[in-house]
Amino acid sequence: MFWDFQWTFEVLPDLLRGLGVTIQVTVVGYLIALILGLLIAIVRRIPIFGSVLHAVMEFIRTTPLIIQLVFVFLLAPSTVSGLTVGIIVIGVHYSAYTAEVYRSGIEGVAKGQWEAARALSLPGRRTWGAIVLPQAIRKVIPALGNYLIAMFKDTPLLLAIGVTELLTEAQRVGSASFRIVEAYTAVGLLFLLVSVPSAILIRRLERRYAAV
Amino acid sequence: MPPSDIPATEGPQGVGDGSKDQPLIVFDQVVKRFGDLTVLDHLDFSVAPGERVTLIGPSGSGKTTILRLLMTLEKVTEGCIWVGGEPYSHMRRGGHLTPAGEGYLRERRKRVGMVFQQFNLFPNMTVRQNIIEAPVHVLGTSKAEANARAVELLDMVGLGDKIDAHPTQLSGGQQQRVAIARALAMQPEILLLDEVTSALDPELVAGVLDVLREIAETTDITMLCVTHEMGFARDVSHRVLMFDQGQIAEEGTPEQIFGEPKEERTKSFLRSVLDNE
Amino acid sequence: MDFLIQRLPLYLDGAWVTIQLTIGGSALAFVLAMVFGIMGTIRHWLPRAIATVYVEVFRGIAALVLMFWMAFALPQLTGYQLDDRFAAIIALGLNVGAYGAEVVRSSINAVPKEQVEATVALNFSWFQRLRLVVLPQAWAQMLPTFGNLVIELMKATAVAYLIGVADLTAVAQQMRQATGETVIAFIGAFILYYLIAQVLILGMRLLERRANRKLGRVPPGGTGLLALLRPPAVNTKAGVA
Repeated sequence: MFWDFQWTFEVLPDLLRGLGVTIQVTVVGYLIALILGLLIAIVRRIPIFGSVLHAVMEFIRTTPLIIQLVFVFLLAPSTVSGLTVGIIVIGVHYSAYTAEVYRSGIEGVAKGQWEAARALSLPGRRTWGAIVLPQAIRKVIPALGNYLIAMFKDTPLLLAIGVTELLTEAQRVGSASFRIVEAYTAVGLLFLLVSVPSAILIRRLERRYAAV
Repeated sequence: MPPSDIPATEGPQGVGDGSKDQPLIVFDQVVKRFGDLTVLDHLDFSVAPGERVTLIGPSGSGKTTILRLLMTLEKVTEGCIWVGGEPYSHMRRGGHLTPAGEGYLRERRKRVGMVFQQFNLFPNMTVRQNIIEAPVHVLGTSKAEANARAVELLDMVGLGDKIDAHPTQLSGGQQQRVAIARALAMQPEILLLDEVTSALDPELVAGVLDVLREIAETTDITMLCVTHEMGFARDVSHRVLMFDQGQIAEEGTPEQIFGEPKEERTKSFLRSVLDNE
Repeated sequence: MDFLIQRLPLYLDGAWVTIQLTIGGSALAFVLAMVFGIMGTIRHWLPRAIATVYVEVFRGIAALVLMFWMAFALPQLTGYQLDDRFAAIIALGLNVGAYGAEVVRSSINAVPKEQVEATVALNFSWFQRLRLVVLPQAWAQMLPTFGNLVIELMKATAVAYLIGVADLTAVAQQMRQATGETVIAFIGAFILYYLIAQVLILGMRLLERRANRKLGRVPPGGTGLLALLRPPAVNTKAGVA
């Protein structure tokens, strides 16, 4: 039998610790993407600055995340940990996508809503906060949810900057004992264990919000 | 629910006895349900070869379902449809009739063509391709022959100059005339016309009806026609069936049905149709 | 600037590998997407179940994990070492193909029911329906998302340097180690990635235009050459890069 169950159970705590880091990166990075993306979507409406910002975001979207990670990691002061760099870069990278999602949501808000807000002479902050954003965000929740899963699956890239997430752990314990098949297969299964249920959850969300 | 087996190899009366005037189409106790809704309720009727039958009646009375069953777009819930003395909705298997499989249906529905309310031309093809693809791929006609036939058919429907046009460049009436040509290119014995003018602007209706009148006059294709065009129905059909609630409420020649309807349901339906015009 | 111009051939070698991985991965992904996407529309439960398993499994696992498995676990399991590039292409193709299969499935299901009924009325076989009517119409709907997936796949090729493929990212790393010039070494790679992406975007848009014209539709944004430069639609993020 080529599969060593005993070994797999022995290293499982290590792998789960890696999974913990993976989830930590995903959650914090996702929060950054959600907030920064929204800010970008709003600021993008400012004439010239917005166009420049858009070009930057386009650049971020069309170049690989991993080279962005490595680049920032190399330039960052050595006091900043790989984990911090990883979370920030992954968050910023995804904000380039979430900004587009928010933008489509904002553009989907009927023109009449803006006009009604103006007719009531609401200040800009109220117009955005009370009228436009609540409608826009509600519509894009499922699309945003998909990015959570996508981001989760991008976290192994942090291996390139020395963050001991799941794949790094597997590489370490696997190569230490030449149990590479078990190590990487276990990682694949752990990924499925998290991403398949989340995908089902998000599809439910999608159906719920699509029904509105 | 799939149609159930029927322990009969003999058809209903008049079917399969080889007599010359045997009906072409027979509905034998046909039931069609969609969930709890019964659309056809133990329906019996037959159509002779070459006969042109118009189905009228309020919407939801099951007329279109009859055409869709004949085109095998729906499956019967109970009962059996026979075409040309052979089971159509079912196939013979060891002394029983079992619901027909796709292979059997493909063989049998060769004889049937259909024109739809919404034309359903293929937008990814030109007018020419719409007409020749099926003869070439399904019947194995040579491309040259199919092309010659397409030209002929388009001339007949008055669209000879549109052969290389795109369906989206045509008016609704023109699209419907192409759809008629496309159905005829398969040389069906039976032509099903499902409210073919209902989706057209009023000024385009006459052109389509003229084409159908010509087909009726110059060919012996058996036609089943669901329509609200009573004038057309009177002109071309041999027989009119008035449907109500999944059953035939009244049937007769166009003169009888339109001239002196007996049933109150028929009278009120005809009044409502004429009021709308 | 001199730095980059002098070393341009090395960068172009790396870019060429990146392009090879992109083309190979996209070709595999396309075939898998078509096969499993079409299987997902068949009424019988078995092909549908197989398609679902493929989609869920390979969408659920990160491309990099898959790549490591191909490059390191598979040789131990079978005793056969795949070429690094080949392992990368298979991993990328399997992963993006799973996303593509969903696109194919939903695009086929979005073809109007009436169109399928017309094919029944003309007595087309299942395969003829698919080939002559359903796929040509679904094609126009698949293309925009396919375009996004190709970009995502191109970006995902960059992780292949972790299994030893000498792609553009690997070249950037080598340059940095050789010269210590981090910023310049990486900017060369960034620019080339950006250019490759722009060429891919343009190519996909040309395909989209052609597909829409075949269906007699005016492409979104009009017909002019300038319409090709319209800002892209909302991107899908596959989570592979």
